[in-house]
Amino acid sequence: MSLATASLTSLRQRLASGEITATDIVKDITTQIESRNGDIGAYLRWDPELALAEAAKADISLPLGGLPIAIKDNINVTGQSCTCGSRILAENYTAPYDATVIQKLRAAGAVPYGRLNMDEFAMGSSTENSALGITRNPHDLNRIPGGSSGGSAAAVAGDLAVAALGSDTGGSIRQPAALCGCVGLKPTYGRVSRFGLVAFASSLDQIGPMTRTVADSALLLNHLCGIDPRDSTSLDETVPDFTANLGQDIKGLRIGLPKEYFIDGIHPGVRAAMETAIQKWQALGAEITDISLPHTDMGVATYYILAPAEASANLARFDGVRYGYRSPTATNLMDHYLQSRGEGFGPEVKRRILLGTYVLSSGYYDAYYIKAQKARTLIRRDFEEAFAKVDLIVSPTTPGPAHKMGELKDNPLQAYLEDVFTIPVNLAGLPGISIPCGTVTEDGKQLPIGMQIIAPHLQESRLLQAAHAFEVG
Amino acid sequence: MNPQEIDIQHVAKLARLTLTDEEATSYQKQLAGILDYMDALGHHDLSGVEPSAHATEIYGALRADESRPSIPRELMMANAPRAFQDQFQIPKVIE
Repeated sequence: MSLATASLTSLRQRLASGEITATDIVKDITTQIESRNGDIGAYLRWDPELALAEAAKADISLPLGGLPIAIKDNINVTGQSCTCGSRILAENYTAPYDATVIQKLRAAGAVPYGRLNMDEFAMGSSTENSALGITRNPHDLNRIPGGSSGGSAAAVAGDLAVAALGSDTGGSIRQPAALCGCVGLKPTYGRVSRFGLVAFASSLDQIGPMTRTVADSALLLNHLCGIDPRDSTSLDETVPDFTANLGQDIKGLRIGLPKEYFIDGIHPGVRAAMETAIQKWQALGAEITDISLPHTDMGVATYYILAPAEASANLARFDGVRYGYRSPTATNLMDHYLQSRGEGFGPEVKRRILLGTYVLSSGYYDAYYIKAQKARTLIRRDFEEAFAKVDLIVSPTTPGPAHKMGELKDNPLQAYLEDVFTIPVNLAGLPGISIPCGTVTEDGKQLPIGMQIIAPHLQESRLLQAAHAFEVG
Repeated sequence: MNPQEIDIQHVAKLARLTLTDEEATSYQKQLAGILDYMDALGHHDLSGVEPSAHATEIYGALRADESRPSIPRELMMANAPRAFQDQFQIPKVIE
């Protein structure tokens, strides 16, 4: 059995017992990548020699000692390119520093190995917006892996990585985890430093783990969190041992089911899987309550004003001067900007920059941007009121299983509506996880379905305890 | 919304993006559709609601004003698409 198919937790035990070495793991992962990445396309780049050298030096007495972690291609690792799935960064950029999460992983003994495909600048829910390659769902190669962390989810689900890092602005960890059948956790906004994560929408972005099991998610999260003077939004909060509550029962835990998340239009297979899941929660001793999040219908509109507005400012840094693509033909400075950006960015990124620029432009700011910020307040309050009555909220992660490649290509609005259940969690800054909760058969293929669990601010331990109880129960 | 109401080339210029004529027509239409959807925000009463810029309330997070080592200049300059004498080179801006 290839070590690439194991969990972090089991590999850690086998390393400690001396049964295997850290280089054995890198070798097995490399074999898997070399035989399967041609079909799945999860990785954009990988450097086996570098990973083997780092694994050989790894201190396996450390908590993640010798464990390879694959990295989404928007997180900076010293000496490696960091393309964000974009032409604009495909050349003329080598990261001159490690992101804080990479420094933390290294300090815990982990080996960052390989760069994972993504929607360009994390804008998309299918990874089809990558300018650098196609990623396919390991469960059906004709279908999308979800996105934007589609490479991360496909690598873990396709046994091309043991665990990966993703980033989540409107669902980009949880949605691909759901569609590929792995565990994806978006921590509380501020839990994890974004220093070294290429910014998309700074009031929403979070980095999180994508793993095979909930225990692995907790283990990895232990080594990602903490205040960072280089990210002014990181929170000065104690980081508990997130594995400590795993295995404890959830008797009496109050779980809320928001009626706005169980609407018409949900795929019947998702509905059936959720009904089975609710029975399982009850069998585990949880109390199920119907709740309401009355402003859910404003979520997608709010997000697709705020996120593009922030993106239009964040992506102003790609000017063809200091790094990245520079148009070879411009003769004056204005043309230099217009052409470098016009030629370097792909269609979805341009669409969102235009949308963001429009809603921030003179005459429209109050009508769109301020209105969306007000709606954000109402969405946040919905959750505060709900969490006065329940401990956790449970919903489907997505309305349906993975789409076929190209299905939503010409309908950007329909594609945006796919994020309806994940977006409010980012707007409210809450921690959320997607875990597998069944499958649905389409075209003779079994496609995974994900269940989302949402917790109050900073309650990742409770979230992981419940997710673990469900997973093993 | 009538797509013609969006001056897409003006927006593109503000965003420093060149658009072909085909791109301009296509984005104009798509943006009109997306902005129509944004009317969902009108379904609820927003009067008297405070806007939220962030989900968590962090104000004025400052770090100590101390000098620290920075990334070496040669590493930063190595990424420059064009450099001259250790400086970023851009098209001429003064005649």
